Amino acid sequence: MAVSKWLPRWFFQLASPRWCYEITGKLLPGFLIAAVFLLGVGIVWALGFAPPDYQQGNSFRIMYLHVPSAILAQSCYMLMAIAGAIGLIWKMKVADMVAYCTAPIGASMAVIALATGAIWGKPTWGSWWVWDARLTSMLILLFLYFGVMALYAAMESEASAAKAAAVLSLVGLVNIPIIKYSVEWWNTLHQPATFTLTEKPAMPAEMWMPLLVMVIGFYCFFSVSLMLRLRNEILRRERRAGWVKDLIVPK
Amino acid sequence: MADSRTKTSDNSLGKQFAAVFKRDLLLSFRRKSDLANPLIFFLMVATLFPLGVSPEPNFLAEVAPGVVWVAALLATLLSLDGLFRSDFDDGTLEQVMLSPQPLMVVCLAKVAAHWVTTGLPLTLMSPLLGLMLFLPSDAMLGLMASLLIGTPTLSLIGAIGAGLTVGLKKGGVLISLLVLPLYIPVLIFGSGAVQAASIGLPVVGYLALLGAMLALGFVLAPFAISAAVRISVSG
Repeated sequence: MAVSKWLPRWFFQLASPRWCYEITGKLLPGFLIAAVFLLGVGIVWALGFAPPDYQQGNSFRIMYLHVPSAILAQSCYMLMAIAGAIGLIWKMKVADMVAYCTAPIGASMAVIALATGAIWGKPTWGSWWVWDARLTSMLILLFLYFGVMALYAAMESEASAAKAAAVLSLVGLVNIPIIKYSVEWWNTLHQPATFTLTEKPAMPAEMWMPLLVMVIGFYCFFSVSLMLRLRNEILRRERRAGWVKDLIVPK
Repeated sequence: MADSRTKTSDNSLGKQFAAVFKRDLLLSFRRKSDLANPLIFFLMVATLFPLGVSPEPNFLAEVAPGVVWVAALLATLLSLDGLFRSDFDDGTLEQVMLSPQPLMVVCLAKVAAHWVTTGLPLTLMSPLLGLMLFLPSDAMLGLMASLLIGTPTLSLIGAIGAGLTVGLKKGGVLISLLVLPLYIPVLIFGSGAVQAASIGLPVVGYLALLGAMLALGFVLAPFAISAAVRISVSG
């Protein structure tokens, strides 16, 4: 195998559900502590100490939830599609499970991003919803998540559901840039500047530092959430394996 | 020797494409109601808008590009479920997968036949809807051109959804859920072209973008379609 020379050993070890279960068990506490610490520090810093915006006052502080969840929603889609591709190419069961577990997390992140965007839009733009390019493409991303999740739910066999969802998420991955640009062009064509999104001034460090902490905190939270789901899923799908039986009912 | 071999394989690919294309066309022309239903649906959706919103000509002319395009999109969606269904049910797809030629060619031929029986008639019928919705006559050419270039992309993308759901009992609603978000770019530029045409702006840019999407879909979608069909048949 020529490919095996290029990939590190741990990549192939991840293919073993048991090894994956054990390694995530070891990693989980570290990520949990990091997530709690970073999110705690980030929220206190963002809500209590970051300076208010010179135009939007304190209402901009919802950005500290909005931006990380929007970033996460996009990263989750990437992860889901890449895991799906790995599952299709190398037939790794664990990759299929990762894709399956990522979809609902990504969809919730998209919902959080849309909800916080709407709440932020009310004081800033004066309406809950604006057909802004970014809001619209986030909504479409949410629809793509719904499609993938519906496909998982509709197919009875886990193996073919994983393959079908992987194909669909890869098609979506090709489409995301096209959708993003078409929505942006559509937006500039249809909407004369009734709502000028205040051009983002280069944020001062006191403002973006807590944002960075929040983004990293969100990533850690996502890892914790993914690992918890993944460990459950591994146990559920491998329930007939000897090591799972030994784990649940110790001899 | 090598030359003659490639030549025969080329021939058989072309032959296979032509055979599947002809067979699918023949099948759809023998079931004329299946052929007419999407068109009637197309007409009905366009009728609902004046009834539901407003019969005011100025208003209708303004929304006509969007309404015609959305109606065309939904009509295509409606016809997608049947694309692989009967071949899946009677085992033809399994036999096709056993044949030495790539599944992609067969899928592409089926998509082409699907377009000839839905996208093309929708395009030809669109001026009628344009008239009903008071679309300016200058925009008719833009409407037909945008549908002519845009509907093949709809068939190509839709076939991916049809392939993924063909193994399921109730694929109909699921197809819409899978495929509609992917249709959005085509809708944006398709209706954009008609809108530009109706106010006298050049449409070439929109048509070029629709053409680019068609080229991309033509190159990439067959892989996804054949992968989807393979999953459904073997799953």
